[in-house]
Amino acid sequence: MTLRQAIEVLQAEVLFGEQYLDRIVGTACGADLMSDVLAFHKENALLLTGLVNTQVIRTAEMSDIIGVVFVRGKRPHAEILAMAEENCLPIITTKFPLFESCGRLYMHGVQGSVCSED
Amino acid sequence: MSEPMKLEFQLEQDNFDFAGVPSSRIKKVLQQIGVKNEIIRRVAVASYEAEINVIIHSLGGSIKALIFPDRTELYLEDIGPGIPRVDLAMQEGFSTATDKIREKGFGAGMGLPNMKRCSDEFEISSEVDVGTKIKMIIFHNK
Repeated sequence: MTLRQAIEVLQAEVLFGEQYLDRIVGTACGADLMSDVLAFHKENALLLTGLVNTQVIRTAEMSDIIGVVFVRGKRPHAEILAMAEENCLPIITTKFPLFESCGRLYMHGVQGSVCSED
Repeated sequence: MSEPMKLEFQLEQDNFDFAGVPSSRIKKVLQQIGVKNEIIRRVAVASYEAEINVIIHSLGGSIKALIFPDRTELYLEDIGPGIPRVDLAMQEGFSTATDKIREKGFGAGMGLPNMKRCSDEFEISSEVDVGTKIKMIIFHNK
């Protein structure tokens, strides 16, 4: 599915990156531990997280993540949004918690990311 | 043999605001010279994990990237407590990080194993109360 469709499924709001919503969501991963995101990853992955700090954006940048969904209605501050803009990284917020957000995407056919070395 | 492109940065203890800036620069240079995305990601993840480790665990240090046409070499050096048991630190899940670090999304004990996984060659040496040195090589055409 596209990022635009994922946003519908998550009844989410786009905080930055309207122009990138045609990106394909290849896989998705839900994590609050950025080390796990860096370790287990597949290309074109969407990251769902409850962690809100600049290291989420850096992690996304290093791992070629296609977009970040902040769960439980969390909204990043301006510095995080500015960093996302520099990296052409769409930022989305959904009111659903992490578990339900992942479940909704999974029900619509999005698969989990696995370790790229496997 | 051609001269490598050299990028070097100082890393300060607990300076999370700067964390990722060196890796971001290294990544952009590799993109400019046309290295494959999969390879760039391995370099970026290895260097970012390394940066985070220095920021979390040491009193400060440096990261240096030497970019050759066929490979990137990353050199990390820090001063600080060192690692008493490198064999333990190389195990996934082993961590000495504090809760404060975990709140930032790190300290899961994945750093060193992940650096090794991303590298084609990985060397680590550490001396207690002195510091730690890491060398990583990632080839561009693997």
